[in-house]
Amino acid sequence: MKKENMTICSNQEIAENTFEMELTGALVQDIQAPGQFLHIKPSHENVPLLRRPLSICDADQRGGTLSIIYRTEGIGTNLLSKKTNGETVDVLGPLGNGFSLSDINQEQTALIVGGGVGVPPLYGLARELARKGVHVETVLGFSDAEALFYEDAFKETGNVYVSTVDGSAGQKGFVTDVIDQEDLAFDRLYACGPTPMLKALENKFPKAEGFISLEERMGCGIGACFACVCHTQTDPEGSEYRKVCSDGPVFPLREVVL
Amino acid sequence: MSLQTNLPGLPMKNPVMPASGCFGFGEEFAKWYDLNTLGAIALKATTAEPRFGNETPRVAETPAGMLNAIGLQNPGLEKVVSEKLAWLKALETPLLANIAGTTMEDYEKVAAELSSTNLIGALELNISCPNVKEGGIAFGTDPDLAAELTKRVKKAASCPVYVKLSPNVTDITVLAKAVEQAGADGLSMINTLSGMKIDTRSKKPLLANGSGGLSGPAIKPIAIRMIYEVRKQTELPIIGMGGISTCDDIIEFLMAGADAVAVGTANFTNPFICPELIEELEKWTLEQGMTSIQDIRRQGVIS
Repeated sequence: MKKENMTICSNQEIAENTFEMELTGALVQDIQAPGQFLHIKPSHENVPLLRRPLSICDADQRGGTLSIIYRTEGIGTNLLSKKTNGETVDVLGPLGNGFSLSDINQEQTALIVGGGVGVPPLYGLARELARKGVHVETVLGFSDAEALFYEDAFKETGNVYVSTVDGSAGQKGFVTDVIDQEDLAFDRLYACGPTPMLKALENKFPKAEGFISLEERMGCGIGACFACVCHTQTDPEGSEYRKVCSDGPVFPLREVVL
Repeated sequence: MSLQTNLPGLPMKNPVMPASGCFGFGEEFAKWYDLNTLGAIALKATTAEPRFGNETPRVAETPAGMLNAIGLQNPGLEKVVSEKLAWLKALETPLLANIAGTTMEDYEKVAAELSSTNLIGALELNISCPNVKEGGIAFGTDPDLAAELTKRVKKAASCPVYVKLSPNVTDITVLAKAVEQAGADGLSMINTLSGMKIDTRSKKPLLANGSGGLSGPAIKPIAIRMIYEVRKQTELPIIGMGGISTCDDIIEFLMAGADAVAVGTANFTNPFICPELIEELEKWTLEQGMTSIQDIRRQGVIS
């Protein structure tokens, strides 16, 4: 966990309004698991004021680099997209808890389900799982063909199925439709994407074991400000809670209220 | 040269503390640096019972600022004592315990029990949280209620009591004088300004709570003006806060009339901001050839 000015190695548009940035710096060595995130200050000025939480997509600890993928949605991510090679960005990280790989074995099958900008942290996970000898099946959902990215990259880790809402790439429909059509079976489920997608997966597989990664507006990113708090499924109305930034962003299925 | 700042209940080795609600109970920041470098720590508000707070989204960014509507989430009095204070007591840094409630009895109970632990240096009465519907803010905008609450908490507590003033009033000096006459040992000012942001795409407020409290550099000039006005009316110690993020900001607050300062939102963008500012302040006072940091406040503003 460091605060560091990381240097940009590359920053390019890989799909419509979607950018991949490669960064180098000492904090790459602190990464413990896929699914951890960086808290990035898009500007050294007071506007925009806050950091942006962005998942680490992949890391090369030997080469000392990592990559992030982000969509240009607002002022912060638009500023990031205009940065060029050699510029630095103020980064806090790696933060949060990533995916645990300890409870899955070589002979087992992992089903990875990603939606939109929820896909990036799953790439590092897919690579780790494949390296471990786990059989990896991936379902990627996007709005349309223009938004699609990393289909080929995931293919290096196993079978990949794509769905788009408008049918312009892969199968028309949602990720859950693809899982049905392909009749995908698995031992562990790993997912990241829009909340309705995560909810649909929990409802579809009420007894499945696995993990989901959540996205939430954050303040500090280190657990102090209580901006990104969610209820737990065992105490949905009460005062029990989890902080997405420091207890998550990865949680076991059915632990928190979606 | 000395940064030593002695306020009622808070013997501080420098005038810088993290502000309540921006530092939790310290545990998270202890992973980044030694909390003994701080002048004091203002703890997150404690209420009699545990509170989950508001639904999310709880924060929204605004120009040079942020809105928050956390809703006083905290584990409640019992756990604050048994878990948070039990951990914090290993520190040498004096603690300013912020307390909130919906009734006067709530405040009295929390004040009595927290001060009886002898682990806190002083209490900070939160009568200015704009994000809790049941009350809180009512005590902060009505001078008579603010005075009565101050009086009752003073009686219940065995340590000095600071009152955190709300800027959401027409004349903040009226509130300052009311709580001074009621026996307050000091003032904290300012809390956040009530604000709102609308998502123009969905046409809905961005915060689940609708409105929230504005903090950050955007509110600094308001804090400076209010401290300046209150300082002309009272000699009570003032802990100044509102958008501090640089050493020059601290000097400006001290000139306006604050005796010490609290750093809030800046902790969220830079977890090291407090120790960095303390170091810069030390360097600056040495360069100025000052014997005591209090000279800034004594000399005040040239008008």
